Amino acid sequence: MKLYFSKKLLQVIIVIFGASFLTFTLTYISPGDPAEMMFRSQDVVPSEAVLEKTREEMGLNNPFLVQYGNWLINLLKGDLGYSYINKGPVADVLKQKIPKTIELALVALLFLVVFSFPLGILSAIKKNKIIDYIIRSISLIGISIPAFWLGLLLLYQFVVKFHWFTITSQDGFRGVILPAATLAIPLIGRYTRQIRAAILEELSSDYVMGARARGIKESKIIFNHVLPNSLKGIITLFALSIGVLLGGTVIVETIFSWPGMGTMIMNAITNRDYPLLQAYVIFMSFIYIMISFTVESINQILDPRVRLKGEMI
Amino acid sequence: MKSMKYKKTTFIIVLSIAILTILFAIIAPIFAPNDPLATDFVRILEEPSDQYPLGTDQVGRCICSRILYGARVSLGMTFLLLVLLFILGVVIGIVAGMANGIVDTIIMRASDIVLSFPGLIFAIAIVGMLGPGMLNTIIALSVVWWTKYARLARVLVMSVKNSEYMDAGKMAGAGRLKLISHYVLPNIISPLIVQFALDIGGMMLTLSGLSFLGLGVQQPTPEWGNMLSEGRAYLQTAPWLLIYPGLAIFIVVAIFNTLGDMVRDILDPKHV
Repeated sequence: MKLYFSKKLLQVIIVIFGASFLTFTLTYISPGDPAEMMFRSQDVVPSEAVLEKTREEMGLNNPFLVQYGNWLINLLKGDLGYSYINKGPVADVLKQKIPKTIELALVALLFLVVFSFPLGILSAIKKNKIIDYIIRSISLIGISIPAFWLGLLLLYQFVVKFHWFTITSQDGFRGVILPAATLAIPLIGRYTRQIRAAILEELSSDYVMGARARGIKESKIIFNHVLPNSLKGIITLFALSIGVLLGGTVIVETIFSWPGMGTMIMNAITNRDYPLLQAYVIFMSFIYIMISFTVESINQILDPRVRLKGEMI
Repeated sequence: MKSMKYKKTTFIIVLSIAILTILFAIIAPIFAPNDPLATDFVRILEEPSDQYPLGTDQVGRCICSRILYGARVSLGMTFLLLVLLFILGVVIGIVAGMANGIVDTIIMRASDIVLSFPGLIFAIAIVGMLGPGMLNTIIALSVVWWTKYARLARVLVMSVKNSEYMDAGKMAGAGRLKLISHYVLPNIISPLIVQFALDIGGMMLTLSGLSFLGLGVQQPTPEWGNMLSEGRAYLQTAPWLLIYPGLAIFIVVAIFNTLGDMVRDILDPKHV
């Protein structure tokens, strides 16, 4: 068990380094001169001599690997660079934006769990009954609807027409409902289908037939045996959903002008604020890697074959 | 339990609808009532009328014609990218699976790193750094998407590699290429096709999502995602600007998602 985790942790660290290298390489090969951009953000048009001097100072004339090394060391020290558009350290900008996006993502996750579990389980139990068809049709709509269109429709219906909501993030829970719903609905469609499939697969196994033959109540079979057994697969899929959810925040925040990392990143792209963009990508991949690692670990712990024998992997 | 025959009939119906959609997208310009790029500044943000069946946008372009032309762009890019990445991914996956050792390790670590980013965010970041545009979008999605098929193909190759029929093929004197084309490929192709079919809708949504963010297809080329992006500003005054392009994406994606499910049901009977 211990060996497994240290191996896994080492792998995670290697992947994080790889991710940081890839992110840096991308900015390195992207068009645009950071020295020039810094001046332009201050509305200064520098002469070629000044530019050259600044490049030297910023270390832009160093070899690629040296630049990467310096950047990585600064990153580990918590220095993420200087954001041109916000005229301040990237770390300060992130500190301000991260809680907003986390709030949105958490409410969306809440919706996801609250809706997809009951729907998925119900759909599996009532397989090929009318209720199953209804749930499956709704999930199909969920996975086929473009999130950006859904968001605009919700805005139109509930804000423009009915005036039920105002869309400002200062509005507390009322303000977050529509953006979170937009983020959650396509995922609910996806996840409901996956839960249904996972439970149906478990239901077709021999022990369920045995339990039925012995006259054990169906509800008991499902809640005491089938659900716990299919949980491993469901949790794994949940981690995949989180990747989709994080990506979705960019679109949803853009639609609702939500002041989180999604609008920040679109702003950074428009204004070619590369340090901000870099920090965002690194942060997101770090979160995503940690979530995958946690989920995998939970699964290992849940699996008695691994828990008891330990060194199976 | 539904009979196989019933399944096959519904599959043929859905497949026909999907093929008709593709054909329709190809010949769509014939049906377009107006030039999709022609502006008419006298008649901007007009409600649907005889001349403009779905109304006009903020510079007086015909929405109906733009949607019809947009079908070509959206569907064309989706299939072009998916077919390209499918071939690329499967080739890489087979190489990794057959090769073992250092080649396999390098390919797998590269795909680990790609997978350590949430897909859409990575794509957005790449386009953001390279600059918005159709070509950069294709590059970004290629970087993100190839691992999917490569990993699947690799696992499938591993599962057939040590089978007895492979040994038989080797003993019969089949070379590497023949082994792959006659023994490996036929046995691994159906799960790959299932994955391909399931991905069509997702790719279409991703592409139009990037265009919606202003990163993918650029104006004035009509594309459903960028039409919605433009229509946003007129949410209150001219809702038809965003109702119809969105509806078009939704319907087409729903058709291909249904098709994907059915392909899986038929080619992968174990799946419930």
